[in-house]
Amino acid sequence: MERDDIIEYSLDTHHSEEQGKKVRRKIWLVTAILTVITAFEVGVGMTIHQDSPYWWIVKLIFIALTLLKAGYIVLVFMHLGDERKVLKYFILVPYALFIIYLIFIALTEALAINSIWETYGG
Amino acid sequence: MAGHGTTHVDAGSLWGGKVSPFSASYGKLMMWFFLVSDALTFGGLLVAYGYTRHTTDSAWPIGEETFDSLPFLGHGYPLMYVALMTFILIVSSVTMVLAVEAGHRMDKKGVIKWMIATIIGGFFFLGSQAWEWSHFIHGSHFGSVELNDGSRAIVKGHFGEFESLTVVESGKEFKEGKTISPAGKGHYKMDAEEMFHHFRHAAMNGHVHDNQFTLHDGSVVKWKRHADEHLTLLVKTDGTGKALEKVTKIEGKKAEEAYWGAVNSGKKGRIIYGADLSSNEYGPSQYGQFFFFITGFHGFHVFSGVIINILIFFGVLRGTYHRRGHYEMVEKTGLYWHFVDLVWVFVFTFFYLV
Repeated sequence: MERDDIIEYSLDTHHSEEQGKKVRRKIWLVTAILTVITAFEVGVGMTIHQDSPYWWIVKLIFIALTLLKAGYIVLVFMHLGDERKVLKYFILVPYALFIIYLIFIALTEALAINSIWETYGG
Repeated sequence: MAGHGTTHVDAGSLWGGKVSPFSASYGKLMMWFFLVSDALTFGGLLVAYGYTRHTTDSAWPIGEETFDSLPFLGHGYPLMYVALMTFILIVSSVTMVLAVEAGHRMDKKGVIKWMIATIIGGFFFLGSQAWEWSHFIHGSHFGSVELNDGSRAIVKGHFGEFESLTVVESGKEFKEGKTISPAGKGHYKMDAEEMFHHFRHAAMNGHVHDNQFTLHDGSVVKWKRHADEHLTLLVKTDGTGKALEKVTKIEGKKAEEAYWGAVNSGKKGRIIYGADLSSNEYGPSQYGQFFFFITGFHGFHVFSGVIINILIFFGVLRGTYHRRGHYEMVEKTGLYWHFVDLVWVFVFTFFYLV
């Protein structure tokens, strides 16, 4: 049974030829950004080694760049940035909170176990 | 983009259950919910990987040392191949979003064109991953080596190819005094890679002594090889399997003696080639297990993504969505496809870069 009284949200995303041009320009811009970031990461990964004293900075930069790339993919390619704010935060916030907690608890536990093995042997 | 969240509704529809508080269709919303749950799975896997890496006191492999090969070109190209794979996946994500954009203009031809490109990109990525797995499983020509004091080193350099094998003890197939070489006749004809393959099998099982090894038929052969070049041992763990404070480098004559001494020791397990689920030449066994599970699970997602894309592509060809008045099905499969790219961005960072 087809209901015709429900609002057809699927049509909301339709746009005209001119708007399409703008959208495509944005897509290509994001493509260029993602490619440059990846090339930069590989370049740094090849030149700075893990025994370098600056490795922790490099690691932080890698993680920041990864989150930046993820942001572009989710907000532009997956159009989450164009959805209603309530949907955007409904998807992102609970996930972010849970995963930050999980990372915190797992790494704390891991380092504690590591130090126990270091002290008492394992 | 136009339209989102701007639909005006009267009080009747607003309170009559006809409105989505998210201004999104049911299908799209459910796709997002599924992606959140799938993201939790991948998040859990990557956190488990991080947990294991931080608990272990063994030397964790380094991305640019482990992944330094290109097809046809051999080794010495750190991270180039994964960079290529990442680029392929980004490009196929771009073609997907262009297909979605064409759908928003009801441009059927555009959707067809960009979906074909996306599907081809997906197959390219799957092919790349197959090569990567095969390379990871077979490993390098040297493998990793356990030195006399029990410490373990990964080995870098160029392996000297086999020239010929002289049979010194007859077996079922090969007779004493004969020579196996690329110029040989019948089953005495073997190219360098094939000879290496037999050698690798013997070395792995500890069947090598005095530069001689046993073939599968029981015959014993003495080898003639080109010299190795730039042979370097990077000692990473001590005799108890603990990571050393600093990686020790052994080069030149010393490296040659240490490596070939271990090969000729005739002890099983001194040389480990490639990877399986119980051990690998790159580092702790958990490393290989996580590699297979996480990249495998991601690859399975890519595979199912390609299949879903193909199904939706047929729907586009038949005009199903055009008649429906919108290409939201393309948008929904697009969400899944972008998600696969998103996961790879994280796998790339945590498996290969840091």
